[in-house]
Amino acid sequence: MNRIENAFKNKPIFMPYFPLGYPDLETSIDVIEALAKNGADLIEVGLSFSDPLADGPVIQKATQVALEKGITIKKSLAAVAELRRRGVTIPFILMGYFNPMLAYGLEKFIRDAREAGADGFIIPDLPLEEAGEFQSLVGDMPLIQMLAPTSPNERMELIARTAKGFIYLVSVTGVTGARTEISDGLGGLINRVREHTSVPVCVGFGISTPEQAAQVGALADGVIVGSACVKMIGSSKMPVETAKQFAAEFRSALN
Amino acid sequence: MTTLLPPKFGPYGGQFVPETLMPALIELEQAFVDAQNDPVFRREYEGLLASFVGRPTPLTYAKRLSEQLGGAQIYLKREDLAHTGAHKINNALGQALLVKRMGKKRVVAETGAGQHGVASATAAALLGLECVVYMGVVDIARQEPNVFRMKLLGAEVRPVTSGTQTLKDAINEAIRDWVTNVGDTHYLLGSALGPHPYPTIVREFQSVIGIEAREQMLRDVGRLPDTVIACVGGGSNAIGVFSGFVDDAQVELIGVEAGGSGIASGKHAARFGDATKARVGVIHGTRTYVLQDEDGQIAETHSVSAGLDYAAVGPEHAMMRDSERAFYTSATDAEALSAFQTLCHTEGIIPALESSHAVAEVIKRAPKMRKDQVILVNLSGRGDKDLNTVIKELGQSL
Repeated sequence: MNRIENAFKNKPIFMPYFPLGYPDLETSIDVIEALAKNGADLIEVGLSFSDPLADGPVIQKATQVALEKGITIKKSLAAVAELRRRGVTIPFILMGYFNPMLAYGLEKFIRDAREAGADGFIIPDLPLEEAGEFQSLVGDMPLIQMLAPTSPNERMELIARTAKGFIYLVSVTGVTGARTEISDGLGGLINRVREHTSVPVCVGFGISTPEQAAQVGALADGVIVGSACVKMIGSSKMPVETAKQFAAEFRSALN
Repeated sequence: MTTLLPPKFGPYGGQFVPETLMPALIELEQAFVDAQNDPVFRREYEGLLASFVGRPTPLTYAKRLSEQLGGAQIYLKREDLAHTGAHKINNALGQALLVKRMGKKRVVAETGAGQHGVASATAAALLGLECVVYMGVVDIARQEPNVFRMKLLGAEVRPVTSGTQTLKDAINEAIRDWVTNVGDTHYLLGSALGPHPYPTIVREFQSVIGIEAREQMLRDVGRLPDTVIACVGGGSNAIGVFSGFVDDAQVELIGVEAGGSGIASGKHAARFGDATKARVGVIHGTRTYVLQDEDGQIAETHSVSAGLDYAAVGPEHAMMRDSERAFYTSATDAEALSAFQTLCHTEGIIPALESSHAVAEVIKRAPKMRKDQVILVNLSGRGDKDLNTVIKELGQSL
């Protein structure tokens, strides 16, 4: 059983997102370690890009700070390796935009990511239509496919049928960022996806409180929390302590 | 999934967008293909081009400029005389008609120089659509008259303060709005870039420039031009005029990028001109030549003209460059400003700073050509919007 399958033994899982390099590289490594050791089941590790067009203001700002402080793919992968050295065993999914990966070299990027200890990839600007090249190089590491409320049934079926690892279901149309309410149609949307696949379905975009996480967790196999996690930890004077608390609260809300 | 039209230009183009937008791109492509095959749509579009835009735009012989340069005979395709003052209206109207066809009520647009914003606001007013235009605060400052024009036309102008606060960031914000409101909103993209089907749609709606220009050359001059020159930001006016001559193998096609303070200075927007910073990459949904750093972060660009100040180039230009069907060069800020003044003095035409880059290439090239040779320049827009910038750059005051 690989690390991703293993992580889904305890459903619904808690999957926070945090970008490497924010507020600085050392702190981000400590934060991710704290999230991992206090309740996160899987972490979306953010790779920064200058033009994150699927992200709302919180993640835009955080990744901008990370870039200003000099984060690169190379440093990000070294940080992943460091986290493995610190004994973090949960899966890491690298979440980033396509251009920095192209610039690094796709084959080299995938090889180095694997060696560093990453488990898979999420690339928001690489839909099914453009995923072929990456898929052909990635081997058994999953390129997580995204589905959206706008995906028609035929398309959902096509994407879900070949999905590996898990499905990242975008709960609302829009960019990343906190929303005040969970959409009424979410249960129906999740069921539509489940008709076409047996891999776990995780829901992200707009989940900001443990209460919302519990609501979504009652329907889905996993809950992804990005902007709220970045905002809470980024605005804290003791980010590592905040990360521990954040992970523990969300994990217990999902139990 | 398969597309109705080819999504790529050789290795360039494609659809690098979040999944949320894919259904909207599929819907748009279907609507565009249906519209192209619908005589009623074509009649309505062509009718508006004639009665509202004032097409065909004239072909003007630049007699004094030709004499002064002492070489090739120079003809200007006068897109500056199109309603709203630039070629952008051709595409804005076409897409706005598609929006009506798709039953959407709202358009968002990005703008750099403000010309596409004004064209979008105009088309939206004409057809009764809600219009929001995203514009970087740097561009708002240097293209103020166009900001007022958009507001007068009933559009909401939203200042963009993220990133470099120019065209690239305006596109990011327009895409973020689109992805949030995709149910009732169309992204009225103004240049020949972005994800498929935009580069094809924009080229088709701008191809009227090349079709008219070719007919006018044959009718008025009795021959095709030896050389066609156009400025290239995203590349919509260039692809529009080039498309009329691309099958005439003897006609040389020249695109002029923004050389800014010079390639060596690093402050420019010459995607084809700087081998150290330009590599094939993916930005705003398309694979093309992109100015970027070694880590794949999109580079800051510089040009005196807001409309050319962009880090990537339309994917069809990338293909034409590789195949050498078109050649690309650049003009610096100083060369463009000088060309701007030259055209004012010799022809009584105030060109847009963007179009002045094309004129700058004419000034370099015409003297080396014979008097029986002919250059066609696409004068993509008029320069009223640039007066503040030019006055400042020339160190003068009103």
